[in-house]
Order: sequence, then structure tokens, then C-alpha cells
Amino acid sequence: MNVERRARPGIPVPVVVLGSLGAVFFVVPFVGLIARAPVRSIPDLFADDGVRAALVLSLVTSVITTGFAILLGVPIAWLLARSALPGRRLVRAVCTVSMVLPPVVAGVALFLALGRRGVIGGPLDDAFGVSLPFTTAAVVIAQLFVAMPFLVLTVDAALRALDPAAEEAARTLGGSEWYVFLRVTVPSIRPALVSGIVLTWARALGEFGATITFAGSLPGATRTMPLATYLALENDTDQAILLSLVLVAVSFAVLFGLRERWVGAAFGARP
Amino acid sequence: MHRSRWSTVGPVVAIALALAVTACGSSDDRLVVFAASSLTDVFERLESDFEAEHPAIDVVVNAAGSSSLVAQLAEGAPVDVLVTADTDTMSDAVAATPTIGEPVTLVRNGLVIAVERDNPLGIGSLGDLADVVVVLAAPQVPAGAYSRSILACAGVAVDPVSLEQSVRSVASKVALGEADAGLVYRTDISDDLDAVEIPAECQVAAEYPIVLLDDTPAARQFLAFVTGADGARVLADEGFELP
Repeated sequence: MNVERRARPGIPVPVVVLGSLGAVFFVVPFVGLIARAPVRSIPDLFADDGVRAALVLSLVTSVITTGFAILLGVPIAWLLARSALPGRRLVRAVCTVSMVLPPVVAGVALFLALGRRGVIGGPLDDAFGVSLPFTTAAVVIAQLFVAMPFLVLTVDAALRALDPAAEEAARTLGGSEWYVFLRVTVPSIRPALVSGIVLTWARALGEFGATITFAGSLPGATRTMPLATYLALENDTDQAILLSLVLVAVSFAVLFGLRERWVGAAFGARP
Repeated sequence: MHRSRWSTVGPVVAIALALAVTACGSSDDRLVVFAASSLTDVFERLESDFEAEHPAIDVVVNAAGSSSLVAQLAEGAPVDVLVTADTDTMSDAVAATPTIGEPVTLVRNGLVIAVERDNPLGIGSLGDLADVVVVLAAPQVPAGAYSRSILACAGVAVDPVSLEQSVRSVASKVALGEADAGLVYRTDISDDLDAVEIPAECQVAAEYPIVLLDDTPAARQFLAFVTGADGARVLADEGFELP
């Protein structure tokens, strides 16, 4: 304890003041949520079929989304960071744009691409009778579109910052590109990879705008926790507060659980 | 140790001050109107007509689902005039906050079946909704409650693909071609949509009550304007029935 305190460098007072102000700014809304929560009606909340369905749907879709994000996002980042393919800057820019785009706009864009009249969705509907909007698949697509850039950009930045010496050494020793990637590159960028995955999952769990636009809001099929919370705000503020609290609790539980298990280097713990 | 204690207290005081300042921020020449989302377009017109007559008053319209408006009101949003899309949510508002006088009916509205322009599927009645892709408003919002009672009256079992948060999203999903039909207010029918009438025996009379929440001259002038001849002309022009 003493050793740690002595090792800590002095922090200027303005940094302490502004940093604390910033921290209070983040904490106060949660305090408000907890202070107003009608804790006694929590059992009723979970007795509600609609609430259970929304919670399960949110957890299942956000995990599936994260899986797809890893499957597709890491290769995108690899291409962005390492290949000489034309249009890499454009792809990187598009990734950033879909991060800052209002999610409702993303939802409309998904309609125009994958909806019944969409560029791809139209022919798909005509040829196979497959219609994506208003399905659970649409929830995953909406989440993936909005959340995957967090993984792509984090891993891309880590790959570009990585000193290639270790990889070159492994290659010199006869490792295949695939082997080098899995055994040398991935372990080296693990903190960035993990924080990218966690950010992607968290963003997918909280996704609202693109989902309500592209997937609609049907209990059990497309009404995730954020949608159920917003709808509850229409006529049952107490339920909305509890739903928000459940979502916050789930996020905290997962983030803290991961932090304890294997996120150490990415979150909080000093190297 | 001392330093760390003060660094916590300081920001709290600063935030408390900031909140106190914003709380007294409403001024007399700014009029805040909360209006149900189906009134979005007509209140934009009413706002600009009223401001043209009263250049000193700045009208700010917040249009959202009636229940959301009442929820915001109950949380202390500073509102001068409130218009909801049904009498139930207005009763909730009256219960939640003191009003100036009793609510009066501003307009009436009815529901129609919204279909794509030129009605490509030839939807002619509520019964046809059983076989097409239908989007409805969620029963938690007035339009959804009306939709439910209309379908029950007609004895039609509809399997909607989505229960939307607001009636405007129902209209936009039909306009985008992603749904074949939806139940919306007559006044939600835009250029991209056509309306199929609902039989009179199942039609509902959606009443839009208006009430003053703040006794200022500007609020009284606005109420007189929208309930007067000028307001009536605009409201009727947008397809609302006058009481």
C-alpha cells in the first residue's frame, strides 16, 4: 500500500477537480435510478412474461451479435491494418461513420438495403420469399451494424501499433501466416481485442434506435430490453425504472466478471 | 486526505448550483407546448401562424407520444400548454400536476387503414388485414388501444409483425413498403399513403383535450388562438374534426 502511494506521481489540483466533476456527472444518473427504484416490486417484474422474454432476447441477441462481430470484425481489422487492398481508408471511414450515425438513420439505411424493397432485400424476397425486417435476425443485424465498428477500430488500431518484430521472428522460424496470427499476433493484441469485444457486446445490449426502426417491436421476437424500457415509459414509469436497473445490473455483472477473469490488462488494473 | 475530501464536495456544490440555475430558466416570452405526436404537423403550422401574429412570443413545440409527454410532465418538465391524444392520458396529467381550468376538447380524429399509395394489394376492409403484413401501435399508446378495440369490434384476428411505440412509426413503416397495412389516425395519411375507411360502427372518436398548465398572458393568447377561428381553419385543413 505504502509502496504504491509513494510510486504514484503528484496529480495537479485542476485535474483532480475536473476529474471528480466528470466522475460525479457519470455517477449521478445511476444514483437517481437506484434512488427512485421501487425495489419492492422487483419480484413482480420477473413474474412478467414480457419482461423475461425481453431480457432473454437481449442476452441471446447481444451474444450472437458479438460472435458475428468477432468472426467478421477481426478479419476486417486485419485487412485494414495489414493489407494493401484499395479502399481501406474508405472502409475505415465507413466504420467510423456507422459509429457516430444516429442509430435510427442506421435502421432506415438497413431497410433500404435489406428491407422488402431494399437493394439486396428486394431480390431476396422475390427469389426465396425471405424477408428480414421484423425478425429476430433483424435485431442481430441492427446490433451488428451499430456495434461491430467498436471491435474493428479497436483491433485495427492495436494491429497498426504492434511492433512487427515478434511476428517477423516467428515467420523466420517457419510459422505460417495463420499460425503467426493466432499464436503471436492475437496474444500481443489481447487487451485491445478483449476491450473491443466487451465494447461491442455492451453496445449491442444497449442498442435501441436501429433495432426499433429495422426490427420493430414485438414481444418475444424483437422487443429487447431497451425497447421494452422505452415502451414501459409510456404507461408504467416504475417498470421502466426497474427495467433500466436490470439492464444496468446485467452490464455491471458481466463487465466486472470479465474484469476479474481476464480483462485485467484492458480495464483498470495497472500493468 | 483533506484534499481528496474537498475535491469531492466542490463538484457536488457546482452541480447543485448548475441545477438550481437551469430550474429558474423559463422566461415569459417563451411558450412551451407539449403536443401528442399525431399533432406534429398541424402544430408546426399553428406555431408559425401564431408567431407571425405575436412576434414577441417564441413557441416551442415538443411532440411525442401522449403518455411520454405526461411522464415528462410528472418529472417536472416546464410546460405551459398540453394537448394529448386521448382523455385517459389527460386525466393522468391532471392527476399529476396542477392545471389552470379544466381541459377542453380541441379536435377529434378517427382511425383509418393506412395502405401504400394506390393500394397495390387491394385492401378493402378490416378483414383483409388477417392476410397481409400488418404493423400496429402498441396498446400502451392511445392509437394502439383504439386499434385493438376496432379490431375486436370487427372480429378480425390480426397477427402484427410489430407493435410500434408511436402511431407515426406505423405510418412510416407502411410508407417505406415494409408493412402492407397499419391502423393510423386519418391525419397521419401522408402523400405516400392511401386511406381505407373503417366502418362507422367500429370507428372510435379520438378526442384531443387541451389544457393550460401555466397562467401567463402568452399561454392564454395561444389557447385563444388555437381554439379560435384561425386555429380552427388550420386544424380542419389538416383533416381534424372540430368539436
